[in-house]
Amino acid sequence: MRRYLKEFARGIFRENPTFVLVLGLCPTLAVSVSVINGIGMGIAATFVLLGSNIIIAMIKNLIPERIRIPCFIVVIATFVTIAEMAMKAYSPALNRSLGIYVPLIVVNCMVLGRAEAYAKKSGIASSFFDGLGMGVGFTWALVLISAIREFFGSGQLMGHTIFKGFEPAFVLSMPPGALLVIGLLLGFFNVLKQRKGQKEA
Amino acid sequence: MQDRLIVSTSPHLHVRESTSRIMWLVVLSLVPAGIAGAAIFGMSALGVIALGIVSAVLTEALLEALTKRKITVSDGSAFLTGLLLAYNLPPEVPFWLPIAGSVFSIAVGKQVFGGLGQNIFNPALVGRVFLMASWPRYMTSFTRPLAYDAVTQATPLAALKEGKALEGISRLDLFLGLRGGCIGEVCIAALLVGALFLLIMGYISWHTPLSFILTTAAITFVFGSNGLFSGDWAFQILTGGLILGAFFMATDYVTSPLTRKGQIIFGIGCGLITAVIRLWGGYPEGVSYAILMMNAATPVIDRFTKTKVYGTG
Repeated sequence: MRRYLKEFARGIFRENPTFVLVLGLCPTLAVSVSVINGIGMGIAATFVLLGSNIIIAMIKNLIPERIRIPCFIVVIATFVTIAEMAMKAYSPALNRSLGIYVPLIVVNCMVLGRAEAYAKKSGIASSFFDGLGMGVGFTWALVLISAIREFFGSGQLMGHTIFKGFEPAFVLSMPPGALLVIGLLLGFFNVLKQRKGQKEA
Repeated sequence: MQDRLIVSTSPHLHVRESTSRIMWLVVLSLVPAGIAGAAIFGMSALGVIALGIVSAVLTEALLEALTKRKITVSDGSAFLTGLLLAYNLPPEVPFWLPIAGSVFSIAVGKQVFGGLGQNIFNPALVGRVFLMASWPRYMTSFTRPLAYDAVTQATPLAALKEGKALEGISRLDLFLGLRGGCIGEVCIAALLVGALFLLIMGYISWHTPLSFILTTAAITFVFGSNGLFSGDWAFQILTGGLILGAFFMATDYVTSPLTRKGQIIFGIGCGLITAVIRLWGGYPEGVSYAILMMNAATPVIDRFTKTKVYGTG
């Protein structure tokens, strides 16, 4: 059990897909305008990641080495289609605001990266925990970025206005704002990591 | 006797120039334009300038203290950044606008890259573009000159963009700065005094400003009106931030090319982008975007205009 816990914890901070591996930036940049979007995208990606990790760990011995990427993509695309259909059925508004970025999870480097780097050579249970950890890591990173952008870019959090009279910096709701916030957060987490490294050394 | 012999490597002759001396002299050369701006738009312009400078200097000191580096505010570079940013703002803005701009200029435009000499983009322009994208409402409402009562008026370039005729602004008015615009950009006469001082002292060369201004003039002359070769090029030079940008911001040592040839390429590029934005772009004015884009191209320009060592290549 402890081993699984370690697999799970790794994705949350030490190998966080957004801030450390810097994978899956396309949806992160595009949808992080509001916290609701961030949560929705995070859950959808986590679902796909879990499904693809489990299935690929199950069938890893059946996949020929030379065509493994197309095989992974087929598995991932299946789960993305399920996620998209479910989202369309149960929360059409969220689906509308995430738009093309839900189907684009198919080509998300984070999902393919976990299949290639982890699930194809690991057991089913540890792949499950790896996918869960990565998914949670991705989700909290998205929520953090979108909270900063939503607050400073439109003065709101989860759609509620926080301060009256606060004039939001519109640029943070626009694409440059996403790059700025992610860049500054990446720098911030690198500084934290360096500090920690110095202490241990 | 031993300690009176100083052993050091060459060069042994030094001039008194230093970064801080140059920075403070550039600040000095910008003073006339600030006084003119205050005379034209009233005391609120001085307030904007003061807020811009103070918050830029404080941000720099604070960030350097937080990261435990030497505090270098006395070199005047943060002062200059705050001053230039304020010159790029309209005279009647809410008090927090110059503060937000200066903090962004210094923090994201400069210190994130490692401080003076490391930044890719001109910090003052980074701040201005941030404000422009964040609070366009405040950045584009200009007050009427010599009215002192916050009556808004479009800038000549904005009026031109909307296809309106320019009501009664003569060339002399433009030259003296009697028009709506940013604090430091309006008075061409005062800017030229400062620019001449820097040129004579040898702190800036004529290559970038001249090629910048001539390119803008040439393109607006050729394509600036309905027929070819009949554009109002003098109007284009005298309005907007062209003079301020060409002499004081495109010549920034850190973010512009090193060689003369490179500086001319830089100036032509700036002029080209400025003219294209003014004539066909969505904004009435493009000087700051032009300089920022060419800042990004500076390393490439430097690489291709590197002086060849005699006898090689």
